[in-house]
Amino acid sequence: MINNLSAKERLSIAREKMPEQDAALRSRNFAEVNLGLSLEQAMREAQRCLLCKSRPCVAGCPVEVDIPEFVACLAQGDLAAAAHALMRDNALPAVCGRVCPQEVQCEAKCVRGVRGLPVAVGYLERFVADWAMANSADLPGPPATVPSGKQAAVVGCGPAGLTAAGELATRGHEVTIFEALHDTGGVLRYGIPEFRLPKGIIDQEVRRLIDVGVRIECNVIIGKTLTLGQLREQYDAVFIGNGAGLPVMLGIDGENLKGVYSANEYLTRVNLMGAGQVFDSATPILRGRHVAVIGGGNTAMDCVRTARRLGAERAMIVYRRGESEMPARVEEVHHAKQEGVEFVMLTAPLAVLGDEAGWARALRCQKMALGEPDASGRRRPVSVAGSEFDLPAEVVINALGTRANPLLTATEPALKLNKWGNIETDERGATSLPGIFAGGDIVRGGATVILAMGDGKRAAAAMDAYLRSA
Amino acid sequence: MFKVLENEVLAPGLHRLVVEAPRVAAARRPGQFVIVRSAPGEERIPLTIGDADGASGTLTLFVQAIGAGTRKIVAVPPGGFLRDVAGPLGQPTHIENWGRVACIGGGVGTAVLYPLAKALAEAGNQVTTVIGGRSAEFILLEKELAAFSAEVRVTTEDGSRGRRGFVTLELEDLLRNPARRPRSVFAIGPVPMMRAVAEQTRPHGVATIVSLNPIMIDGTGMCGGCRVVVGTEARFACVDGPEFDGHLVDFQGLADRLTMYHEHEAQCRLAHAGGGMP
Ligand SMILES: Cc1cc2nc3c(=O)[nH]c(=O)nc-3n(C[C@H](O)[C@H](O)[C@H](O)COP(=O)(O)OP(=O)(O)OC[C@H]3O[C@@H](n4cnc5c(N)ncnc54)[C@H](O)[C@@H]3O)c2cc1C
Ligand SMILES: Cc1cc2nc3c(=O)[nH]c(=O)nc-3n(C[C@H](O)[C@H](O)[C@H](O)COP(=O)(O)OP(=O)(O)OC[C@H]3O[C@@H](n4cnc5c(N)ncnc54)[C@H](O)[C@@H]3O)c2cc1C
Ligand code: SF4
Ligand code: SF4
Ligand code: FES
Ligand SMILES: [Mg+2]
Repeated sequence: MINNLSAKERLSIAREKMPEQDAALRSRNFAEVNLGLSLEQAMREAQRCLLCKSRPCVAGCPVEVDIPEFVACLAQGDLAAAAHALMRDNALPAVCGRVCPQEVQCEAKCVRGVRGLPVAVGYLERFVADWAMANSADLPGPPATVPSGKQAAVVGCGPAGLTAAGELATRGHEVTIFEALHDTGGVLRYGIPEFRLPKGIIDQEVRRLIDVGVRIECNVIIGKTLTLGQLREQYDAVFIGNGAGLPVMLGIDGENLKGVYSANEYLTRVNLMGAGQVFDSATPILRGRHVAVIGGGNTAMDCVRTARRLGAERAMIVYRRGESEMPARVEEVHHAKQEGVEFVMLTAPLAVLGDEAGWARALRCQKMALGEPDASGRRRPVSVAGSEFDLPAEVVINALGTRANPLLTATEPALKLNKWGNIETDERGATSLPGIFAGGDIVRGGATVILAMGDGKRAAAAMDAYLRSA
Repeated sequence: MFKVLENEVLAPGLHRLVVEAPRVAAARRPGQFVIVRSAPGEERIPLTIGDADGASGTLTLFVQAIGAGTRKIVAVPPGGFLRDVAGPLGQPTHIENWGRVACIGGGVGTAVLYPLAKALAEAGNQVTTVIGGRSAEFILLEKELAAFSAEVRVTTEDGSRGRRGFVTLELEDLLRNPARRPRSVFAIGPVPMMRAVAEQTRPHGVATIVSLNPIMIDGTGMCGGCRVVVGTEARFACVDGPEFDGHLVDFQGLADRLTMYHEHEAQCRLAHAGGGMP
């Protein structure tokens, strides 16, 4: 590969800034915040990469995207080659480029980050993936497959299931995805909002799968409509990627007042059902002038920024640790601040207070201080005596997290679970039942899109071997 | 897409729909429900499976058109399609031979009660059925219920059929009559009715099962929106219910949460009746 820039020249290029919608404007609409780099910007940013032989960035990526390779192609303006290199390792790059926590994965390991800013791998990945989507008609299609004569079922249409299905289909197996909801995408559709991940991307990815022969049947709840046992009888192998769809409740007084939501309910109403987002949507949502969101992860950021867009004057994050302990992506925190979100840190909820008619009116809180590090290595918050105060809030959203939903697993007692109810698998994704594989949040607990995809991919390889040996 | 085979009006605003949904029909047991979306963009509406026929792959639904969502469902003619039918959801009714039971139905609840009462009769129970409605035209399935009930008693608010008053009048008679007193009571209907029944049986110590109808979205335990306090615990009605011990249910909390979206619902109803939403 020709490379005519010296290291020194590369080092002198400053990291590109992502063009974004004006903060005041965007805090009132649902259109995507990040507008995407231009071709010139993307090529310039790609030229910052030092093409390290040791490839530390690759080791930081859970699916080991060949970063130097795709970035080098991009630096030279060969987008088709960049897309080819990128998609070898990542089935959903347009998604990952947008939602991966790059700052703790690929970009965290980038040598350029040691003294300065790392190469913007996420932005570049997004750029190449968007280009590939827009130009898919001109790109070579998937290679022709030889039908294996085997049938596989996939439970759940989130990133784990979508990836597994795609991999199995390109290996010649006949694949059917069963999805409980009325639409595809899992958390990508019902959880992550349009302003971070446009739903058109999921639609395109789903269409691509259908084009390679994957069947998707919505409204089928495994454990209810069909049992895992029935799938085992009707299919040669099964992949379970049903996510972690069970809200952890707050367990405080006033949790059942009107106006108190779990993040799952709040986001599903808006993202899956269009409440408050689509003009005259059939689905209702309480908007609230003051909205308090409890939690510090991506889900909390998504809720609070959604509340802003639904018109909240005060949209607040209430988190019991400090800002640097928040698990959310750095970019989301930054965007939330620009959009006028308030961060009420070192604060724990004690109760939701209501009025006589049963509506939430305030969140009773307590101040916290950081004590000794706990098992997770983060300093443990301890309550400060006598520090109670009330935050006015007509809408309170619980974004504490989710756990494994037992709907499916409860109907198959032979399937081995861990003590949190997650399915146990070996490193290939095989469960305790022959022919049944699993991956994503149902195995890991709430994790990330890229880890779910990696699981789907690994399990598909193991399923392929299983199907061919059977 | 799920084909509507029949759509019959039983009472004003109350329709009986027969829908093709073979997988749901094969898996369903009495007491379970489906979630229906008439078309893209519409609400997800929970509806009890009134009856199911595994052989023909059909479900019978009884739908009271009270708001925009249910009106759009009953507007689908035979030969038309419902976009989504997902289920069967919830726990099936626990059927057992208690000896003597009373089944109490109010409004559309009577239709939902029908398969339950039938299953109880088939399990050997002596079933006394009490059904109530606003007036004679809202009294449903009286003949059908009589086919297996030891007795069917009817009440109407205006006295146009049966005894004038509420179902609780007849239940009181049953509870006071040692020869008719039920071991278990099953009540399905509006929240105030189920609450009144539970309060009435409580001092008699008669087990009372009610079928709750909180606002639901997914129906799979994912959103927590359907939570109802039962005893000291918040339970998700879609996965733990919808049937619960009526003596433990926080009916006040349930009734309250059901009013959460009254404003939006009124607007949708207006928009559905004519023109767009304001
Ligand atoms: C609000 C929010 C924001 C997030 N933001 C980020 C982010 O920025 N970056 C990131 O990397 N990660 C993020 N995550 C985490 C990430 O979305 C998940 O880790 C990932 O989606 C898990 O993928 P999955 O395929 O295992 O499960 P899911 O995406 O949960 O998909 C599971 C699917 O299975 C279906 N299903 C469930 N039960 C059944 C059943 N019994 N039968 C049939 N189908 C069933 C569900 O309806 C769903 O469609 C976020 C999560 C949330 C909730
Ligand atoms: C498990 C279960 C079984 C049910 N079975 C039947 C049945 O067999 N036949 C029948 O006619 N009705 C049944 N219902 C009630 C039915 O779901 C509601 O009447 C319907 O959702 C109202 O929607 P709407 O848009 O027509 O009316 P709206 O005008 O939107 O609402 C009218 C009232 O219905 C309730 N409601 C609104 N949205 C929902 C929702 N998503 N889920 C539950 N309740 C809601 C609220 O109290 C609201 O004030 C059942 C409900 C549940 C939870
Ligand atoms: S998939 Fe995620 S972690 Fe891997 S290179 Fe792309 S953005 Fe980085
Ligand atoms: S570590 Fe950074 S500079 Fe080196 S190859 Fe990876 S992206 Fe390029
Ligand atoms: S309807 Fe969502 S948890 Fe019951
Ligand atoms: Mg409605």
